[in-house]
Amino acid sequence: MPEDPATSSGGCEVIELSFVVNGEPVTLSSDVRVSLAEILRRDLRLTGTHLGCEHGSCGACTVIVDGLAVRSCLMLAAQAQGADVETVEGLARGDELDDLQAAFREHHALQCGFCTSGFLMSLTARLREGPVVSEFQAREALSGNICRCTGYVGLVDAVLSLAADSGKEPLK
Amino acid sequence: MKPAPFRYHLPATLQEALELLAELGDDAKVLAGGQSLLPMLGYRLTAPAHLVDIGGLSELRGWELDEAGLRIRAMARQREVELDPDIGLRFPILHAAIAHVAHAQIRNRGTVCGSVAHADPAAELPATMVALGATMVLERSGGRREVPAADFFQFHFTTAIETGELLTEVRIPSPRSGSTGTFLEISHRKGDFALVGVAATVVADGDRVAAARIVCAGVAPTPFVAVAAEQAVVGRVLDDATLLVAQYCASEGMSPTDDFHAEGAYRRQVAGVLVRRSLDVIRSQQGALSA
Repeated sequence: MPEDPATSSGGCEVIELSFVVNGEPVTLSSDVRVSLAEILRRDLRLTGTHLGCEHGSCGACTVIVDGLAVRSCLMLAAQAQGADVETVEGLARGDELDDLQAAFREHHALQCGFCTSGFLMSLTARLREGPVVSEFQAREALSGNICRCTGYVGLVDAVLSLAADSGKEPLK
Repeated sequence: MKPAPFRYHLPATLQEALELLAELGDDAKVLAGGQSLLPMLGYRLTAPAHLVDIGGLSELRGWELDEAGLRIRAMARQREVELDPDIGLRFPILHAAIAHVAHAQIRNRGTVCGSVAHADPAAELPATMVALGATMVLERSGGRREVPAADFFQFHFTTAIETGELLTEVRIPSPRSGSTGTFLEISHRKGDFALVGVAATVVADGDRVAAARIVCAGVAPTPFVAVAAEQAVVGRVLDDATLLVAQYCASEGMSPTDDFHAEGAYRRQVAGVLVRRSLDVIRSQQGALSA
């Protein structure tokens, strides 16, 4: 059987990778050239992580690595060796959306949805650092991701609603 | 996108990394944070046969901050340096400059030394290092040298780093007492490269400027030292008239070219405005200088 061009290493160096994804240890071998995003999507079938620009501008591929939001298109999978990776698939508990996802639904923070997983992961990391309580802070937190549908209004509202839910009044 | 094929090396010690760089020569590229290198590999603007990943070298992590100054090692991430309160207090200009580098998601991976070594003419950190009088520490197998920032940046994406050398540390001397600085820029969108950026440091002597270093990014192949603007403020009180003189002579000797993002004439104009604004920020930071 001919080699599948999508998974063939094309004669390139192959390395063994081990890391943790959404709490599950993963071990696989891969062409050393591929990005973390590609491993997540192609090998692990975690296709909630999207690839938009593939050069770090759009933020659609944002995941959390060792607690920090990063562009998974700008990281070789080899650089994630031993890391703790969180993707959008890790947010919901079964069928129950987490608070941020629920706020996105409530406030129409998405339309086509292509950028959504990146926003969710950027904001998840940001909200762990502390609450976002002003529109300025919200726009700052959103600034590393691009959405071409919503105009960001719903996104800002969704983020600020979490501060309101926690008893902190948003400063508009 | 996939890079052209390469061999991946993950040395366990600095010594091993330097030996690899010596052995592989021009066929090797150093991978640190990868935030500039990986897009270039993806677009195949560069296609090295070997990547030497220095991300595993614990001796290159972090920084030292003491009386002598700040020594930022090769794997210190931009975001770590940006968020350190002690660095922010001692080097407000560095904090301000890093905050303009792309987005937090990029700064979480990108390194200070990597941005310096990449030497993009529109990048914030090269100009800032010239303004701070930093020194680059270059190590090779069996050798080590130090290059002042002013000599380090040679052309677009071209530095004094020679084949086999690794930028292991950026040394920033402790600011003189009475000194302060800031970084301002204009870009199309937040996180974009600067159309023009200005890194300015001023040393106060009483209510007068004893020394100034004003460096522009995005207007020349290397960080541009606005000598005429510096001369316009040294020995003077930073009153509005002095600021205007500095604004109008900032672009003396500067000849930015037209490109897709902005015309050269626009960049000259903006450079002057940013020089004035940065001096305005500095005089509000440094009470003694406010006229």
